[in-house]
Amino acid sequence: MINLSHISKIYKTGTVETAAVSDVSFEIKKGEFVAIMGPSGSGKSTLMHIIGALDLPTSGKYVLDGEDIQDLSDDELADIRNKKIGFIFQAFNLLPRTTALKNVMLPMAFAGIPKEERLRIAKRHLEQVGLADRINHTSAQLSGGQQQRVAIARALSMNPSILLADEPTGNIASVQAQEIMEIFQDLNDKNHTVVMITHEADIANHAKRTITVKDGRIVDDRKNLKQKRANHKNN
Amino acid sequence: MGLLEIISEAVGTLVINKMRTGLAVLGIIIGISSVIALISLGQGSQQAVQNQIQSLGSNLLTVNPRGQSSGPVQAAGGSGTTLSLDDAKAIEDADQLTTVESVSPEYSGRAQVTAGRNNSNTQITGVYPQYATIRKINVQSGAFITQRDVDAIAKVAVIGPQAAADLFGEGVNPIGQNIRINSQTLRIIGLTQEKGGSGFNNPDNAIYVPLSTAQKQLFGASHLTSIAVEAISPDVMTQIQNEIGYFLLSQHKLTDPADADFTIFSQNDILNTASQITSTFTSLLGGIAAISLLVGGIGIMNIMLVTVTERTREVGLRKALGARKKLIIEQFLAEAILLTLAGGFIGMIAGIAISYILSNLINFPFVIAPTSIALAIGVSGAIGVIFGWYPARKASNLQPIEALRYE
Repeated sequence: MINLSHISKIYKTGTVETAAVSDVSFEIKKGEFVAIMGPSGSGKSTLMHIIGALDLPTSGKYVLDGEDIQDLSDDELADIRNKKIGFIFQAFNLLPRTTALKNVMLPMAFAGIPKEERLRIAKRHLEQVGLADRINHTSAQLSGGQQQRVAIARALSMNPSILLADEPTGNIASVQAQEIMEIFQDLNDKNHTVVMITHEADIANHAKRTITVKDGRIVDDRKNLKQKRANHKNN
Repeated sequence: MGLLEIISEAVGTLVINKMRTGLAVLGIIIGISSVIALISLGQGSQQAVQNQIQSLGSNLLTVNPRGQSSGPVQAAGGSGTTLSLDDAKAIEDADQLTTVESVSPEYSGRAQVTAGRNNSNTQITGVYPQYATIRKINVQSGAFITQRDVDAIAKVAVIGPQAAADLFGEGVNPIGQNIRINSQTLRIIGLTQEKGGSGFNNPDNAIYVPLSTAQKQLFGASHLTSIAVEAISPDVMTQIQNEIGYFLLSQHKLTDPADADFTIFSQNDILNTASQITSTFTSLLGGIAAISLLVGGIGIMNIMLVTVTERTREVGLRKALGARKKLIIEQFLAEAILLTLAGGFIGMIAGIAISYILSNLINFPFVIAPTSIALAIGVSGAIGVIFGWYPARKASNLQPIEALRYE
């Protein structure tokens, strides 16, 4: 599914070279729920950009779902992001002054899916994240947790190979964070691949596997023997 | 994403930012409306000038003697003595000149005219009766010069309203009064209707006398200063101009048209010259208006660039979610084109309204050329494309991570 081998990303500022990611190799299989952990500045964001095809590595090989990501044009990368990756951002990144329904329909519009089908799929996913009664609310009318659930519905809309979440609970209250984790675990139970970047160990514990990054290198990669199940109703 | 969807999304964005949209559109409205109004004004004045010239007679041809030349020096046109009454009669009688309707031999000169204590320097024209019909002179009281007056070398005169006012005072009936010209006494037998005009050839400030009287009694000349020829229709002007030219050449026993001792010009020539002048004027006005249109276009570009910067995050998000470059370009271009088209449409209506009001105020014919409508729509659309292109490209080239990080 995701296969990184000897990935490095080097930033140049004048004559100084900084390696944000150096020689990272790992594999994520279909149906996994992986948390990438690390303090800020550890290179986990750069890693997420590379996994998300938002950025290309300086060296190394990245194969996503059988497709070699290197040397693709801007538009080809856009298509990869559109069809294979469902993004969930820390800051939600919904379109302002736009309804939840339209936000969820957006990636499908980019893919050229007919409008009726877009509407049908968007409604189904909003229902799935528990927002069936909020489809015509704009982001200003939704709480942080609700906004993030709209973003999850949007990420699911193109039925991507992986869900890629960047600090998905960083901007929301802890009760709502539990809701998000519950949705992730639920999706993972239905065989969705979830990759989540976080600096909170408690959040990372909800994943089945944790990769710890420090100074651009993997320092730890292990299975969570005791996955913490989220169930906000019991909290 | 279909075209309709792109457009409706663009409309949505423009409606949300009402103030900015309004200001951006204003530049285009001013530009397009001033182009339309000024072109309409130019064309109206062109029409007005044409109407005025045509009221002088559109099927009129004037033959003047060519100024005598000695070496490189050429005297003023009309100052020669090469045209005679015989020429005029020959033109009238010639069987081969089938398109001639009537001929008016004329002798004009300026002289001091006195009536009682008043005197005035006035244009005196010796005429045949045809003059009135050819030159479209109407008599409001009394009568015009008759053939009998010409034959009898009668000392009678017909006076224009302005000349009458100068000599006898406003509102005084000049008929039956005497005037003195070059120590001859002439009796006024007619007063012409006001025709409007100005300058040296103002028909309202003229005195008409029989041709014979002008030549023999007043100026002591035997030649003509002009022969006016009326054609049977305005369509034969070019033909008749050539025919009379060759006829007079043979009449004067000349072979080379370059040696011609006369010149012929038609109202068409004047019309063309006047049209040229007014159309130059129109282009000038249009050019000035085009500058304001250009400024409006730059305004659109400015607004669009601001929009791109302001929406960096949104553009980044769209790219992260898989929007291709082309789609981002289309989105921004659609907004720019909509802005300019809306401006063009409102500007067109405003321009038509302005030119309608102006043409009523200054009594010009109201002319809106379909080309200026097409111009408004076409140019405003083109401005949208041209000035929207750079901001749209700039937006499409944003890197998704950079754009997402942008605060």
